Amino acid sequence: MVVPRFWRERRYRYSLIGTRCPVCGTVYFPPRNVCPKCGRESVGKMEEFQLSGKGEVYSYTVVHQNVLGYKYQKPYVMAIVQTPEGPRITGQIVDIDPEEVHIGMPVRAVFRRIAEDGKAGIIQYGYKFVKDE
Amino acid sequence: MREVAIIGAGETKYGEHWDKSLRDLVVEAGLKAVEDANITADDVQAIFGGNMSAGSFVGQDHVGALIADFAGVADKKIPAMRIESACASGAAALHAGYMAIASGMYDIVLVGGVEKMTDLPGDMVTDILAGAADREWEVFLGATFPALAAMMARRYMHEFGMTKEQMALFPVIAHKHGALNPDAHFQREITVDAVLKAPMVADPLTIMNCSPVSDGSAAVVLTSADMARKYTDSPIKISASAFANEYISLHSRESLIRSVSTIEAGRKAYKMAKKEPKDIDLVEIHDAFSIIAIEGIEDLGFAKKGEAWKLAEEGQLNLDGSLPYNPSGGLKAKGHPVGATGVGQVVEIVKQLRNEAGKRQVDGAEVGLAHNVGGTMTSSIVHILEVM
Repeated sequence: MVVPRFWRERRYRYSLIGTRCPVCGTVYFPPRNVCPKCGRESVGKMEEFQLSGKGEVYSYTVVHQNVLGYKYQKPYVMAIVQTPEGPRITGQIVDIDPEEVHIGMPVRAVFRRIAEDGKAGIIQYGYKFVKDE
Repeated sequence: MREVAIIGAGETKYGEHWDKSLRDLVVEAGLKAVEDANITADDVQAIFGGNMSAGSFVGQDHVGALIADFAGVADKKIPAMRIESACASGAAALHAGYMAIASGMYDIVLVGGVEKMTDLPGDMVTDILAGAADREWEVFLGATFPALAAMMARRYMHEFGMTKEQMALFPVIAHKHGALNPDAHFQREITVDAVLKAPMVADPLTIMNCSPVSDGSAAVVLTSADMARKYTDSPIKISASAFANEYISLHSRESLIRSVSTIEAGRKAYKMAKKEPKDIDLVEIHDAFSIIAIEGIEDLGFAKKGEAWKLAEEGQLNLDGSLPYNPSGGLKAKGHPVGATGVGQVVEIVKQLRNEAGKRQVDGAEVGLAHNVGGTMTSSIVHILEVM
């Protein structure tokens, strides 16, 4: 993959910036150009919205498969995190014994290396989650 | 709209076909369906081919043209196109074929489904299948397809207290039926214990909660219901063809414990066919992962939310139960060549309704329902078939 594929998402992935519909107030992550509730009324009006990065585990799993680009991390914890702002976010939970993860566990987002495109390719960055003490 | 009937059906065995290519498979199934319909390739006016990802699995796109070419009808210059809706590509192709007949635009169409998956190593297959989810906001972060299904299962078990033992009943029943199907990928029974002790893929799903990677193809020939008896004495009516979608990613949905697309496709299908869940004699439910079958059974109105496992435990899903479930073996045991699956489910129901299903025949079957989903129950397609 070429650099722009990852470069164009950098602000959202590095800083957890989503969008908010000014018509109904709903916050979205990932960002959307159209609010599914307000449709055409929202077009051109969606505002960027900074998420706090806080949340709690809504569901999770421990991945034992050989996954392209993730083999060296296995087993790893994937989760869907419920944020207080509204959206749920999919991401890994790291720096924790997988046995300790549970639904409802408080987490916060951290900036981490996500994957590498082979030995010579792009190193991709974004968010993961850690337990929020 | 015209009523639509199936006049021919055929499929390949599902499994690892090291000796057969994408085109070999789809031509084999297509020719079986054409022969079964008592027509010749000259009668076919359009071809709809369900296929998820031949471009990634074997580097071949333009699958519609390839099918028409190697089915021997290139000189007929008929329209032939690939239809894609991830794992629901097969049923999506059938939906397209249904519209083509119902609208009156074509009188005879061939609907095929095919996937050739075993030409690549497992980690690459896993990555291609993950393309059915949101590549940028689920898969990029490390979510695989089994991981997403596992998160559905975890949340479901959290809300309803279903155990891994109860979830394991579904693959056990699928294998019991698959053992009776000579065209199934796996033709042997398994136990609950074997499901629980199998290698973990994504906790709580072991490899025995997941459908296999299979090659295979299935095809049906459609015409209008009023023309059907010209070709066969046992046409099968498609009483409903209903398709619904929802958010592609799990995290964008209100709930992980139900599929609003399956609920909607079911609602539309029952209305179209003027049927209720109690009228259905057998079901082919999408069981790519046990949890998807469980939610599917509930969302289609066959069990209360949180209670599908009770049907399994009571024996209601057996061939002689109140809701014979996946008599073909389902995706779990019959196999899951993704683009073929939705058409293959319908081929099974045609065999059942014609009383041609051999050892796995459901007695007195007159109405069958097929449920095929794409992604994490993102796209749901329901077909109801009945004898006419």
